[in-house]
Amino acid sequence: MVAAWFLIYNNLVHITDQISLLLSRILGFSITSHLGKSIAFFIYDTPKVLMLLTLVVFGVGIIRSFFTPERTRAILAGKKESAGNVMAALLGVVTPFCSCSAVPLFLGFVTTGVPLGVTFSFLIAAPMVNEVALVLLYGLFGWKIAAVYMGTGLAIAMIAGWIIGRLKMERHLEEWVYQIQAGKVHLEEGPKDWVERIKYGIDAVKEIVGKVWIYVVLGIAVGAGIHGYVPEGFLAGFMGKSAWWSVPLSVLLGIPMYSNAAGIIPIVQALLGKGAALGTVLAFMMSVIALSLPEMIILRKVLKPRLIATFIAVVGTGILCVGYIFNLLM
Amino acid sequence: MEIKILGPGCTKCKQTEKVVKNAIAESAVCAEVEKVTDVMEIASYGVFGTPAVVVNGEVKSTSKIPSSQDVKSWLGK
Repeated sequence: MVAAWFLIYNNLVHITDQISLLLSRILGFSITSHLGKSIAFFIYDTPKVLMLLTLVVFGVGIIRSFFTPERTRAILAGKKESAGNVMAALLGVVTPFCSCSAVPLFLGFVTTGVPLGVTFSFLIAAPMVNEVALVLLYGLFGWKIAAVYMGTGLAIAMIAGWIIGRLKMERHLEEWVYQIQAGKVHLEEGPKDWVERIKYGIDAVKEIVGKVWIYVVLGIAVGAGIHGYVPEGFLAGFMGKSAWWSVPLSVLLGIPMYSNAAGIIPIVQALLGKGAALGTVLAFMMSVIALSLPEMIILRKVLKPRLIATFIAVVGTGILCVGYIFNLLM
Repeated sequence: MEIKILGPGCTKCKQTEKVVKNAIAESAVCAEVEKVTDVMEIASYGVFGTPAVVVNGEVKSTSKIPSSQDVKSWLGK
């Protein structure tokens, strides 16, 4: 099955080129027209991204079968702050995490001896640096940008968590958090043998790809529209390097927007292709994924407003720095 | 028998409820199913990830949708 995957993937350009050409003859549009360019982009990008996504989600599913939130907690409990922040951010990438269990997980961590700042490092990294974001960045922009995103995302999680820890904000948790008797923690057993691990991987593909494919297709469709119709360099004026205010504006715009990585990346690709600066676009993407309003509302149950504001300020500043650094370097 | 499904109400929690209710119907066990959506109460079970299933006060699974066979084995079938 894996061999067939590689065979198709390696020949995808030719296959989809033929399909686009065929379509253009049947439907009678020119392949070099705006419409033709948009359609060809869509026909090539959609299977490419979905194939990459399937392979990587399966691979990461296997890796994740070795980690459970309970095991991660056990590793992090009682860790010293700096080392703890680094480990928490890294574990955030490989531990299975769904934003709907952010609150129980947060409570489970802080009531059983994981320092507050270390918990935040985990909570920042888990949604931001994930396999879906990385595979899409790799597939659409190449490994360098994927690596840059991963590196800076992890750095933000580590440093922001460390700062929150330094600020000693434990008293800005809701009081009831401390009344929870950390009872016996249930130890969920992960898969035991390889048959179970492979099943876990396949389940991950069904669940994640089943959920995000529609966003991927929609995102690529929007990207295709921009690709075909918006002129080259159109965005350079107000999303380019020279506009200093574009980075903070991207971060602010990203907060109320809520999307997973899958939905946002194809749009990002189209923006980049038309002259938006890399740092600005990365900042926008990180802000959409890491600072989302719905998640803040859920976390409000355990965090007092001061702590939420601090969280947004610290992470937002980190994203700003990433944006400016990249606009400066690239 | 008393079964509690812990979860704030995401899709996975609803699927878990379905699996549990089907398993109860199929194995003809008398059991009461209660949904727990309050995060304070969820946290009091020492659960890290939702959905979680609690049978007679004992946490049986967390962070995943249990299989029908698993649920039946908890029901003693």
